[in-house]
Amino acid sequence: MAMLEVEDLNVRFYTDDGVVKATNDLSYRIEAGERFGVVGESGAGKSVTSLALMRLIDEPGVIESGEIRFKGQNLLEMDEEEMRSLRGNEIAMIFQDAGTALNPSYTVGEQISEAIRYHLGLDEAAARERAIETLESVGIPSAAERYSDYPHEFSGGMQQRVVIAIALSCDPDLIIADEPTTALDVTIEAQILELLEEVATEFDTAIQLITHDLGVVAEFCDRVMVMYAGHPVEMAPVEDVYYNPQHPYTVGLMSSIPRIGDDRDRLQTIPGRMPDLIEMPPGCNFHPRCPYAEESCTRVDPQLVDVETGDPADPINSDAQTAACLAHTGELTGELDYEVTVRGEDDLPGSDGAASSAEVTDR
Amino acid sequence: MSLQRFVLKRGLITIPLLLGISLLTFGMVHAIPGDPIDFITLFTELDPQTEMEIRAEYGLDQPVYIQYIDWVTSAATGDFGRSIITRDPVIDEIMTRLPYTLVMGIMAFGVTLITAIPTGVIAAYYRNTKIDQASRVFALLGIAIPNFLLGLLLLLVFASWLDLFPILPPTSRGILSYDMLVYTLLPAITIGTGSTALLMRLMRSSMVEELDKDYVRTARAKGLPERTVVRKHVLRNSLISVVTVAAIQVAFIISGSVVVEIVFSYPGIGRLLVNRVGNRDFPVIQAIVLLIGVAVILANFVADVLYAYLDPRIRY
Amino acid sequence: MSSETSQRTTERGRIRVTGFDVDRVESRDSLSSWEPDLQSEEGRGRLEYAWKRFKRNRLALFGAATIGFMILLAVFSRPIQLPSSFPVLAGQTVQPFSLAPADPANQDVLTGYQEPTLENVLTWPPTGLYLFGADWAGRDILSRVMYGGRWSLSIGFIAVAMALLVGVPLGSIAGYYGGKVDELIMRIVDMLYAFPFIVLAIAVIAVLGRGYWEMILALVAVSWLPYARIIRGEILSVKENEYVTAAKALGSRDRSIIVRHILPNAMAPVIVQATLSIGTTVLVAAALGFIGLGLSPASAEWGVMLNVEQDAIARGRWWAGLFPGLAIFAFVMAINLVGDGVRDAFDPQGDQTDTDTGGLR
Repeated sequence: MAMLEVEDLNVRFYTDDGVVKATNDLSYRIEAGERFGVVGESGAGKSVTSLALMRLIDEPGVIESGEIRFKGQNLLEMDEEEMRSLRGNEIAMIFQDAGTALNPSYTVGEQISEAIRYHLGLDEAAARERAIETLESVGIPSAAERYSDYPHEFSGGMQQRVVIAIALSCDPDLIIADEPTTALDVTIEAQILELLEEVATEFDTAIQLITHDLGVVAEFCDRVMVMYAGHPVEMAPVEDVYYNPQHPYTVGLMSSIPRIGDDRDRLQTIPGRMPDLIEMPPGCNFHPRCPYAEESCTRVDPQLVDVETGDPADPINSDAQTAACLAHTGELTGELDYEVTVRGEDDLPGSDGAASSAEVTDR
Repeated sequence: MSLQRFVLKRGLITIPLLLGISLLTFGMVHAIPGDPIDFITLFTELDPQTEMEIRAEYGLDQPVYIQYIDWVTSAATGDFGRSIITRDPVIDEIMTRLPYTLVMGIMAFGVTLITAIPTGVIAAYYRNTKIDQASRVFALLGIAIPNFLLGLLLLLVFASWLDLFPILPPTSRGILSYDMLVYTLLPAITIGTGSTALLMRLMRSSMVEELDKDYVRTARAKGLPERTVVRKHVLRNSLISVVTVAAIQVAFIISGSVVVEIVFSYPGIGRLLVNRVGNRDFPVIQAIVLLIGVAVILANFVADVLYAYLDPRIRY
Repeated sequence: MSSETSQRTTERGRIRVTGFDVDRVESRDSLSSWEPDLQSEEGRGRLEYAWKRFKRNRLALFGAATIGFMILLAVFSRPIQLPSSFPVLAGQTVQPFSLAPADPANQDVLTGYQEPTLENVLTWPPTGLYLFGADWAGRDILSRVMYGGRWSLSIGFIAVAMALLVGVPLGSIAGYYGGKVDELIMRIVDMLYAFPFIVLAIAVIAVLGRGYWEMILALVAVSWLPYARIIRGEILSVKENEYVTAAKALGSRDRSIIVRHILPNAMAPVIVQATLSIGTTVLVAAALGFIGLGLSPASAEWGVMLNVEQDAIARGRWWAGLFPGLAIFAFVMAINLVGDGVRDAFDPQGDQTDTDTGGLR
């Protein structure tokens, strides 16, 4: 049994404009210490997934059906008190905008200590000690002095470190990081990711990283789930996703990344827009934007299937690469005729890096 | 910046404001077409000798700007001249009545705080439920009902029908007597109703705003119990913005007192002002208007300082 | 990881995907009949959109209906004749209807106070009078309340309209030109703001004297302030915007920039404030009438009616004050509902228009 198993999760928002199907039969798992990436454009349902894990979905949202098993227990069946003892304690969350995630009226140290006091039962002095240690471990200099500073006295990157410190303070087994670096500039982003990596390894914490940045995922994650319009469309170990994408949407995302040395004159995008989650296209949600779509794609809503065998996917028990496209169930008449090339791959393994880089003259 | 420097900066802005309103108040009299002396003499014909004496007494023989300087400098020491009607020093007339208005105002303020803040918090927390709807209805009622109507109805019900209060204030007993204090409850509640309605709406919207903020989600994500989240995190930030408005209730209470004191024949400054307007007793009118302006400006100043004290972002 | 994959790892930056053909998507016919039909509504003007939202708000509609009803009663309570000084149409009866059961000025001092009783209510209207009772001079209160609406309501609407005509231009000038002009205007605004609404109105009446237009002027003198501040704020926040610079680059004159580009967007909070101000103005006008600084005691203005009957009410003759007071209350309540509705219509999230001083002005 994996540490976290999500099975057939359905989250709906009942708004004045209609019912928003934020997630649809979502299933995945995360092992202890694993780093799991959730990728997709804005509005794909990524954040909802994380909030659902913590049961922090506010009205008008409802978790309609499904199970979320954490260490064997179904979170959706717990009462609020049990859930609260997990939040911040065994499952912690890191938010995107650190500046607004911190309460401006309390010192940074206090915001860490209160979680420690509440969950670990330490007294004020002991909690303070531990909070200072945590601040140090996230790389905040002069942690003991900075304990009594207010959030607005920190820079953006430092604030995010504080948020990470809060998440770490009670030694969680799972950290959900919701776009932790999106609001930061690239150099700070690199530092934060490095920090997360260190921390994860040192404390053996699993991390669910949500992002729309493929570069970040490549750096950081072991397995990836690509989401589109509330559905998982591809799930695979990270290498496979990059070197062997199997879903047209993933292919589209990958081809949109501009490369230095590209000889195209225009930036590639995926045409169209992600649909409103209230009114989705029939059949495969991606078909209006997919170059390989056919008529059958408008009738059948593809399920996640194993790309090799075409059998329905079982994300909870298997690591096989899966994608939700008719091409893999044999119902597609055409072919997914894209190509993935790696410059320098034709060289024999073992040839030195210098020769490979000399090869890069595709112009 | 530190609190002291903040106070200093604010203070520097306030001073020209005070001067400005003194100019306005002074200028009021001279905005009327005609000769100010006619208000004093009530348009009777006087021999030139008496007229000159009166002019000298009221400083009307000086150029306007000198009159202004004289008036402001005296005012700063509390000398506003004499009433045209009663010939008593204006400052005396004001001082005998000021305690009454102050007591009533403080009572009204207290009533407001005690009622508005808890109800606003509850309405915000249970927003869009029946409790919230009910509070919004009450707030609307409180704002729409004219304070003089409310006062008259209170008198009708509690003084005439139920005989719990006298119809007129027991002025012979002085402000701090039990009878007087009890009587003062009626005007205080009258003013307090409107003021509560306003403050409650503000408290509610301030809390609602805070409840939607990200740090609340963070606090919940930490697993803290809901009451801690609300009491510790949300309330603190909501109160900050309410504090400023609570201080501005001073202006509201002053406006209320002008009318309500008439309703209850209450011997305060508001009633003094209204009575003397009809007679155009300008020394008194000017003095009271100036005092009111000063009071409001000071209240705003205190509110600003309080705000800076409570919100760390401004101070440091 | 095997050495092969680790080599692949370092080369990850060189992955290139080709063959995702965008043109194929754009040039083909639609595969299904699906069309996203939740179009964004930016094409429609803000005003149109707000109007639609307003119409859905039942409380606000109820408020608007109440106000309409009161206006109708006021207009049709007694005939309106053009004054003899009116050019050409002097003396013409413009409005012939008389909804009021009695002439509001009809005195019957011998009858004096009449309490409305259940009997009166049940036999009304055939016997006509005293549904709301009669005042000290025997005048029918219902008729007076209906007729008095003319004063109370017209003062409210006219004062706010004039305040807009003063405040909006002044605020626009201050905001657009900035510098000394801005300083000067805003200093004046700050100073006037130091005085509570009614206190300043009282001071102005002390200077101008009593009367209909004097009262309106006193009210205008105080109520223009919030509009100036709001417009100035909007202009300041918009001034730096690109489209204003673009318009300037095209050579538009300053005034037309303000009028055509800035004002339409800035109007929303002003409209909300104006609507709520009508209520406050009527309240203050009535209060001034009540304290004796309003219209003459014989007029049927609601505040004045309460002034005249103060003592009587406190001592038991409740009908003399309750009905005019309720009229004021009903109007203010209704206009607040409308004002809230307007605010919600412009901005359902409630995060933009900040008029929660609750109509202190």
